[in-house]
Amino acid sequence: MLVTPILHIQDLTKTYQSTGHTLTVLDSINFSVEEGSTLAIIGPSGSGKTTLLGLCAGLDRSSAGLVELNGIRLDNLNEDARAQVRNQHVGFIFQNFQLLPTLTALENVMVPMELRGAKNIKPQAMDLLDKVGLADRAHHYPTQLSGGEQQRVSLARAFSNKPKILFADEPTGNLDAETSEKVVKLIFDLNREAGTTLVLVTHDAELAAKTQRILRMKGGKLISDERTVG
Amino acid sequence: MNKLSFPWLVKMAWRDSRRNRSRLFLFISSIILGIAALVAIFSFGYNLKEDIDDQAKEMIGADLVITSNRPVNPTMKPLLDSLGNRRSQERSFASMVLFPKSQGTRLVQIRALAGEFPYYGALETLPVAAAQTFREGQQALVDKTLMLQFGVEVGDSIKVGEVTFEIAGILNKAPGQTGISATVAPAVYIPLRYLPQTGLEQKGSRINYLYYYKYDTRVDIKQLVEKLEPRLEKEYLNTETIETQREDMGRSFRDLTSFLALVGFIALLLGSIGVASAIHVYIREKLRSIAILRCLGVSAAQAFLIYLIQIMGIGLLGSIIGAALGTVVQQLLPQVLQDLLPVQITVGISWLAILQGIGLGLIISLLFALLPLVSIRNVSPLNTLRISYESTSLFKDPLKWAVYALILVFIFGFTYLQTQKMKEAGYFTLGVLVGFLVLAGIAWALMWTVRRFFPESLSYIWRQGLANLFRPNNQTLILIISIGLGTAFISTLYFVQTILLNQVTLSASENQPNMVLFDIQGGQREAVADLTRRQGLPVIDEVPIVTMRMEEINGLTAEEVKEDSTSGISPRAFQREIRTTFRGNLTDSEKITQGTWQGKVNSPEDTVYVSLDAGYAERIKVEVGDKIVFNVQGALIPTVVGSLREVDWNRIQTNFRVVFPVGVLEAAPQFHVLMTKVGTAEESAQFQQEVVREFPNISIIDLELILSVMDELLDKIGFVIRFMAAFSIITGLVVLISSVLISKYQRMQESVLLRTLGASRSQIFAITALEYFFLGALAAGTGIVLSLAGSWALAKFSFETSFTPQLWPVVVLFLLISGLTVLIGLFNSRAVVQQSPLEVLRSEG
Repeated sequence: MLVTPILHIQDLTKTYQSTGHTLTVLDSINFSVEEGSTLAIIGPSGSGKTTLLGLCAGLDRSSAGLVELNGIRLDNLNEDARAQVRNQHVGFIFQNFQLLPTLTALENVMVPMELRGAKNIKPQAMDLLDKVGLADRAHHYPTQLSGGEQQRVSLARAFSNKPKILFADEPTGNLDAETSEKVVKLIFDLNREAGTTLVLVTHDAELAAKTQRILRMKGGKLISDERTVG
Repeated sequence: MNKLSFPWLVKMAWRDSRRNRSRLFLFISSIILGIAALVAIFSFGYNLKEDIDDQAKEMIGADLVITSNRPVNPTMKPLLDSLGNRRSQERSFASMVLFPKSQGTRLVQIRALAGEFPYYGALETLPVAAAQTFREGQQALVDKTLMLQFGVEVGDSIKVGEVTFEIAGILNKAPGQTGISATVAPAVYIPLRYLPQTGLEQKGSRINYLYYYKYDTRVDIKQLVEKLEPRLEKEYLNTETIETQREDMGRSFRDLTSFLALVGFIALLLGSIGVASAIHVYIREKLRSIAILRCLGVSAAQAFLIYLIQIMGIGLLGSIIGAALGTVVQQLLPQVLQDLLPVQITVGISWLAILQGIGLGLIISLLFALLPLVSIRNVSPLNTLRISYESTSLFKDPLKWAVYALILVFIFGFTYLQTQKMKEAGYFTLGVLVGFLVLAGIAWALMWTVRRFFPESLSYIWRQGLANLFRPNNQTLILIISIGLGTAFISTLYFVQTILLNQVTLSASENQPNMVLFDIQGGQREAVADLTRRQGLPVIDEVPIVTMRMEEINGLTAEEVKEDSTSGISPRAFQREIRTTFRGNLTDSEKITQGTWQGKVNSPEDTVYVSLDAGYAERIKVEVGDKIVFNVQGALIPTVVGSLREVDWNRIQTNFRVVFPVGVLEAAPQFHVLMTKVGTAEESAQFQQEVVREFPNISIIDLELILSVMDELLDKIGFVIRFMAAFSIITGLVVLISSVLISKYQRMQESVLLRTLGASRSQIFAITALEYFFLGALAAGTGIVLSLAGSWALAKFSFETSFTPQLWPVVVLFLLISGLTVLIGLFNSRAVVQQSPLEVLRSEG
């Protein structure tokens, strides 16, 4: 059976102009990700993993090369069109949670759905909070929640639009070991349940080992592409 | 772009503002007072206009008034007698009166009246019936201030010229009279038929002839006046109608309200700078939230709109509060201004003024918030991943320049709407722009200098305090601009007030006269001078005055100039009677600026070279070498403009627009003016009594009295200016507090870190104090220098006077502003110092 790639990257290059000379952060990256699979990008600090994630998710524009997400070429789109793609097809989880501080947990989960123009979203958002075990904290503000709780809200938010693909940037980087374990379990469970593709960036070899495939980066280049047992 | 409804954007703006509302309100509060000042002035202006419209009839007292400052040509009599259904006549002039009971004398405005005038409104008298009964006998109505001053009562007598009248009643109010005009020359009404017996109707007396008409049927007065005007103008008769009264009054009070509105606008502008700086910091703090929203799929325009709605919402709230406050303040204005106004002011809520104020508040908050808000468009969703290579482009946005241009257009537009003068509006806008650029330049120069010549050898506290001036996220630019402009505005208001007051404060040195006798007839000249000397008083100056009119300028008459607009001559030149003198030399207050002075004409065939005041010549568009024919009470005298003089009008002495050489006017009908200096009030009273007794036609102006009236008037105007300036001063304080307060949020983290690393309270206080002292002192200093330059320019070009600022108010202002900046800075860092670092860290998380 031929599996369609949800994400297709070809000759992806990112350079920055810095005080007169060119800094190459990503150098001709090529890979594809199948729908419903899980993948980890690992590498030392400054290897370009976060930049790669940003480009794959349509947060930034490449200097050269092609990014195709769910059949849509992102490198041709302007920022507002990419914003629409992000809203409809992409979910995010960040190392520092990135919840809107002035919104309650429930409202944070509702925002992506509201942006899409969906109606009657409250029960759905409550349902998601329930799944991450935070139904009783729905009306709390981010500052009233612990780190683990904030990351769980962010997880509920990431799944609220039923994304095709979920990008996670060091999702456990700011959490203690015990909380990390719970959050990781939740990420993988929800992912399996919804059939979402998962791309995560991490330093954590143990977390990376939980995915089906590991891309290793160094100095802006892809140095290995390994399939794991998962 | 996904279709997001406006209600969602509003909802998001509401949610996002949730935990910042009190701060947002503090930011916007700086415009509240500006809006309040403007709404108060606007409401006052509208109410005043309505009152003038309503009361114009009562102020003029008739449907049509025809006036002349010379006896009316008998050929006009049939025409004057044919107008209106009811007619009244009045002769009005300044004269001395004497109260036999107290022997008190005083210059008053005599109004000799025949007929039933006023037809609208009333002469308000006590007893009420006196307004009618005085017309029947040898009786007078006397202004209440005079009655009080001389302790006379109804039934006592008053001597006007040669006739003694019984006082029939106290005059409380007459048509068109203001509190101030009654103080300068209080009115005394007498029946017209007694005027000849007073002996005051002599040639050379400056009498105004007034004819009042009332129409019982509906007549189009405007049309009637248009028809009559050509004939009337030929005979130098002027017309006034209810309509022209309305327009004239409206115009002069529009000037007053537009000046006050500009002072209020300064408060608003000052507040706007506060808004811009506060929103700037607010948006900086919101960058993370904006990046998250962008990440989740919000477009740049939507993110921009969310914050725009937020700012507009809070701007609307601020404007509404300002408008409400303005409506309350408006109740006070009539009390402040009552004596200057000819009408009874009603205080009503003016919805138009309120709407204008709210509209203005919204525009101002939008324009000034746009400056920081346009940056939102450039916030990349990448900021969520903490990659911020692109953040540098945030401040190089061409749209920002468009917003700056819009702000300038707005300032110019508003000023122009108020003043209706392109040039003034242009100078005002330019002044604000220059002030802004100079302060921004100073701020940049300060940052550059401190960084370039950083004093490494100083102690840590000094180094940290100085480094704070140029570190990332510093507030040097914004604080220097807002504190500097605030100081500049406030001190300029102060300086302008001093300039205005200095202009009328006349020096009381030894040789300056303080009493002027005028209307001295040719035959009385010697006798009056003798009387003066007999009383032991000096005759400081004695000049002849000949009244005349211009007949032709360069061969053109008034009619021809009116028809031929290409002549360049101002038709105004012909309108007024001119008082001239003749003498052989210049006085020490005059200086020839053009042409040559010729003091004498030797033979009747010689050309008569006259000298004109340079400013007057410019106004009527006459130059050296132009030919002017003067009409001296029937006799035509051809002359040539021989020279122009610069005249110092601020000196107390007789100054003239036109001076003739000796040898021309000696035989013309003339009167003389004599100036003297009296010492005590008793000396003054005694001298006045003697003069009035011997020469009833001579008028005396007691300059001390005029000066005290002027003082009183200026006190009132000064109070109005100070009242309006207070709005600017308080706004300046609010801006200062909010500017410093917003920086608190920025440096919270840093101070906490310092505390965590072991910095003591006093060290943090010292660092903060040093930083704010540098900012406050530099901003206040620059602001004061700017306002000195601005006030000097205003004094030189607008008030045409010199400007010497006093040192101590400048020093006090400088110390006050710098001290206040440090104080508010320290007050704000109190929270950081008093709490434990952990507490602060938690609340910031």
